[in-house]
Amino acid sequence: MSGETIGDEATTGTVRITGHQGDEIPAYLAHPPGHGPSAGVVVIHHMPGYDEATKEITRTFAANGYTAIMPNLHWRDAPGASPDDAAAAARAAGGVPDERLVGDVDGAARYLRSLGSATGKVGVIGYCSGGRQAFLAACRLPLDAAVDCYGAFVMDAPPDGMPLKVGPVVGLAGDLSCPLLGLFGAEDGHPSPAETARLEQELARLGKTFEFHTFPGAGHAFFAVDRPSYRPQAAADGWQRIWEWFGRYLAA
Amino acid sequence: MCTYHTERVEVAGSGKGPDGWFPVRLACVYFDHPQHTPADHTLNIDFLNPGQGPSARVAVELGAESALALADAIHAALGAANRKGLS
Repeated sequence: MSGETIGDEATTGTVRITGHQGDEIPAYLAHPPGHGPSAGVVVIHHMPGYDEATKEITRTFAANGYTAIMPNLHWRDAPGASPDDAAAAARAAGGVPDERLVGDVDGAARYLRSLGSATGKVGVIGYCSGGRQAFLAACRLPLDAAVDCYGAFVMDAPPDGMPLKVGPVVGLAGDLSCPLLGLFGAEDGHPSPAETARLEQELARLGKTFEFHTFPGAGHAFFAVDRPSYRPQAAADGWQRIWEWFGRYLAA
Repeated sequence: MCTYHTERVEVAGSGKGPDGWFPVRLACVYFDHPQHTPADHTLNIDFLNPGQGPSARVAVELGAESALALADAIHAALGAANRKGLS
């Protein structure tokens, strides 16, 4: 790893991981300060790509004591391209297939567990489209904690006329392998509070461990500090919930 | 939300990208999160030539009203040209 020291003394760099079907893809890795054991977090970037904003989120996990990794989910669509060109190429190709996503998150989790500093505990978090993908990954892979930040189309099918290659994944909820934290905006339309309420009911029916929070005055993407959707109060509260959740379920 | 919705249209023409002019073969049109514009959603158009790689791309992000005004302007320009027998 090519080291780079930032203000909080987390160490960051780009590594190669083995993803879906044995493909080698790059991933952004952030180590916490010090050399003690740490749990891992896989960060799933949103549709705009493997961007600076999500790298900052990855560094935030490291600054708070986790070894965090963000696989480049668009690499195969545009090797070596800038993240925005790669996001456009991935979109033109129809988006990230669910199977490939699961394989890449699995590869990222395996990489984290292989590190000498690993405790063995690994969580996953995703934002926007990554929220749905975090839910999907937590249903398909053995993980220790998951966070879905306003992922749409977990519960409901997309509206008619939307030629999506994604669909609801709630049917996999029986296989949810770990406790799930859901963070949503009360003013979001996708997912709407009514939709997340039905998802809560389904998880409760299945006896799953979960906790959902819907923040007033916030819509979609309230964590995104570089977008007008940013809502500082909801984001601050949300981060606190994340620290509590991962603190509880990723502790050694 | 991420809308996921993408309209793909095969096009014929040229665009000027970071490495100069290239033949444009595909346009992807979608209303979704922008990369650069300070807005939650924009109407985005990627003019692409997939055969020349992902950097063969001209991208624009427009507010919804701007995008509709652009569509009207395209129709108006082509209509005027048609009336003159140019298209």
